[in-house]
Amino acid sequence: MNQPPPPRKRCIAIVPALNEAATVGRVIQEIRDVDPDFTVVVVDDGSDDATGTVAEAAGGTLLRLPFNLGIGGAVQTGYRYALANGFDVAVQVDADGQHDPSQLPLILEPILAGEADIVIGSRYAGLGTYRARGVRRLGQRIFARVVSLVVREPLTDTSSSFRALNRRSLSLFAADYPHGFLETVEATVLAGKYRLRMKEVPVVMRERELGRSSLTVPLSLFYTAKVLLAVFVSLFRRPAVRLEEEP
Amino acid sequence: MIPYRIAIVASIAALIFLLVIFELIRSRRLQERYALLWLITGGVILILSAWRDALRLVAEQIGIAYPPSALFVIGFLFILVVLLHYSTVISELAEKNVRLAQDLALVEERLRLHERREQGARAEGA
Repeated sequence: MNQPPPPRKRCIAIVPALNEAATVGRVIQEIRDVDPDFTVVVVDDGSDDATGTVAEAAGGTLLRLPFNLGIGGAVQTGYRYALANGFDVAVQVDADGQHDPSQLPLILEPILAGEADIVIGSRYAGLGTYRARGVRRLGQRIFARVVSLVVREPLTDTSSSFRALNRRSLSLFAADYPHGFLETVEATVLAGKYRLRMKEVPVVMRERELGRSSLTVPLSLFYTAKVLLAVFVSLFRRPAVRLEEEP
Repeated sequence: MIPYRIAIVASIAALIFLLVIFELIRSRRLQERYALLWLITGGVILILSAWRDALRLVAEQIGIAYPPSALFVIGFLFILVVLLHYSTVISELAEKNVRLAQDLALVEERLRLHERREQGARAEGA
């Protein structure tokens, strides 16, 4: 007897966007080019420009937040949508065009093969020549060191938001996800705390096309302190949600 | 110089204060971003309580003859900053609360319109 082929996993791309009208349409198109079955959800985090209109015109599902929640809150909106609508796999793709959708298969592969619960696309794991400069790179190095130590897993790029999740990690992040900026660092620690299987995959990132990082120096100092505090406290925290057992 | 007794009592108080903040964050009743100012406040008070020379120096600089009063003044200043910060946070929350209620009203209106249209379409079809 012939075994029926396993049902195709339902995949969703979550694209948090704040004033990215210039690039979000192309990002959606590129994701569709990779896999037309991908549902693309754009979470408009209180944009002042035409981000939402452009996203809908490009065929994305639009979740418009009534005001700016910050990147963590925006991404979690997408995770909750994905969980509520029964998606099996979710990827996060930034709206500024930094993440190259043609590399989606790279970060999806370990999830589809069942090898990992979370796959992180790392800029510093061998591929590509992208290097952040100055203080930014220093901060990234410090976070990578600290987080690797805490989750006991050698990670090179904890601030990369180019990630893929399976249903298990999706249900964690839908219930509990750090707010504010640099959320990926805290999210990685959280995943380690719940013993999710993490895997880094080397990816190439494109240079930011338009706009610069929105961070000022005092603000980035504040966030660095906040994230380090959060990571420290998380060492003493008991898990707040119970995850379903592995299938 | 600040009397030992005051230094010890103040240090213990600051330490307990810091522990309480830590426990509040750990049990998720206080978010890290709102805890930072409190932690700095507690940290400064602890340092100035335990390190008597530093407090004496600070007191001399601002012209306070009795160092423990300086501890009082500095603690007061920090609390003032924290309170002011909270006032801005509350203002922001109030603003967002209004927006949420308005958005909800608009969404509800659209939903009712939709439902009415659907009912109309069904009635026509029957």
